[in-house]
Amino acid sequence: MASVAIGSSEQYNYDIVRKFTIMALIWGAVGMLIGVFIASELAWPFLNFDFPYITFGRLRPVHTGAVIFGFGGSALFATSYYIVQRTCQTRLLSDGMASFTFWGWQAIIVLAALGDVLGYSQGREYAEMEWPVDLLIAVVWVTYAIIYIGTIMKRKESHIYVANWFYLAFILAVALLHIFNNLAIPVSLTKSYPLFSGAQDAMVQWWYGHNAVGFFLTAAFLGMMYYFVPKQAGRPIYSYRLSIVHFWALIFMYMWAGTHHLHWTAIPDWTSTLAATFSIMLLMPSWGGMINGIMTMSGAWDKLRTDPVLRFLIVSLSFYGMSTFEGPMMSLKDVNALSHYTDWTIGHVHSGALGWVAMISFGAIYHMVPRLWDTKMYSLKLINVHFWLATIGTLLYITAMWISGIMQGLMWRAYDDFGNLQYSFAETVAAMHPYYAMRALGGLVFLSGMILMLYNCFMTMSQAKGVASGDMAPQAA
Amino acid sequence: MEWLMWFTRLENTKPLGLLIFFITFCGILLYVYGSKERGERLESHKNMPFQDD
Repeated sequence: MASVAIGSSEQYNYDIVRKFTIMALIWGAVGMLIGVFIASELAWPFLNFDFPYITFGRLRPVHTGAVIFGFGGSALFATSYYIVQRTCQTRLLSDGMASFTFWGWQAIIVLAALGDVLGYSQGREYAEMEWPVDLLIAVVWVTYAIIYIGTIMKRKESHIYVANWFYLAFILAVALLHIFNNLAIPVSLTKSYPLFSGAQDAMVQWWYGHNAVGFFLTAAFLGMMYYFVPKQAGRPIYSYRLSIVHFWALIFMYMWAGTHHLHWTAIPDWTSTLAATFSIMLLMPSWGGMINGIMTMSGAWDKLRTDPVLRFLIVSLSFYGMSTFEGPMMSLKDVNALSHYTDWTIGHVHSGALGWVAMISFGAIYHMVPRLWDTKMYSLKLINVHFWLATIGTLLYITAMWISGIMQGLMWRAYDDFGNLQYSFAETVAAMHPYYAMRALGGLVFLSGMILMLYNCFMTMSQAKGVASGDMAPQAA
Repeated sequence: MEWLMWFTRLENTKPLGLLIFFITFCGILLYVYGSKERGERLESHKNMPFQDD
């Protein structure tokens, strides 16, 4: 395929894409390493070493922050800046503002991690950062929105490609979620009190929490899917019309589903029922999107035999389909009565996080790196090894958590002939131990794949020749 | 301004919201699949990722 000849004034800003790509790789490795460590702490508690700063409670938000916002966020910044420029055939609105989003975002990840370890936390899941960091997030995010919308406004194509719709929805929704979830009254530089309380606060938190999953970890990565699956497969998306229906259905339904995290609690019953109903309906757009992505391979399935990057992308869609079936099922009140507060939830989250989010990101990054550095991947074999490590690691992880979680739920609700609880809490913990070790092993296998990717990508970058820092004309895809 | 009070009652606004979103969604479906010509035009956008190859 031929390169597009474009003048220097119209060159794309790939420098910012390269920066975010490198940081996605680094945060991925760091975040997953911490994940494996805290999983090991749960299996072998001596790993706490009686040192408060590395206990599970402090390191868990460091893990989630590093993998969701560090790895996932950086991957989204990188891919969104890459896609918006290439599908709009124009350069980003402002290089300076883009650079600000990079340094601002990295500062946020570091500050959030420091806050978690040192104990400065709002105690809000996936939003632990105290108000000064929240303000920085708002500024960086608004800048990101201005760049993205501004770039789309100066596009040279009349139509806005569907991937950009998903990214736009992600940017707008995350701004809304972040601001309302973090409304608080500061009392010092490191302490604030939320504006909401009680059941109302819980509903706000899970409105945020679930839509962070819906818009940060789903809609945005679907944007990634709608560009990189067709590109890597070398054929257009199966149905563009289905992608439009997929988009609007998903965007409309996700916002209503958050309260399914609060079944059987003090919230109004109708909100719980409403959330479960919308969760079930969400199955349709979720699977519509999955089918649209997978059917893109129709007539070209043989490519999966030889292209491990494509394998990452297609298997990620399979995990997406699986976890978006599991999610609605778990949102049913009767299923939730068994699954809630157990490891099943952790397994569900990781089938989405490892199987969908991480794998689609790996595929996208493997697609971009040789093009960004104008070279070939250092080793295709290593990508293949990474694929199997990631797949086996994910399966080990989620299988362990399914067994552990369902067993845990059943043991909690078991009664003896006299109506007393059959098992003590300590007995359930002891029963879970082998599966905690299995989970840590699964995480370790997944992490080793991530380390291989880091090595492979940095070897690719170091072998790249003739790429000066700064801009580079878009090369053949 | 009394009529605005109608919107403060959840038993009114919940079905109203449902109707608005449902009708909008049906409109989107009709727009996407209602015309063969429009359908072909929409499908042509699927090639956009390949235009800068």
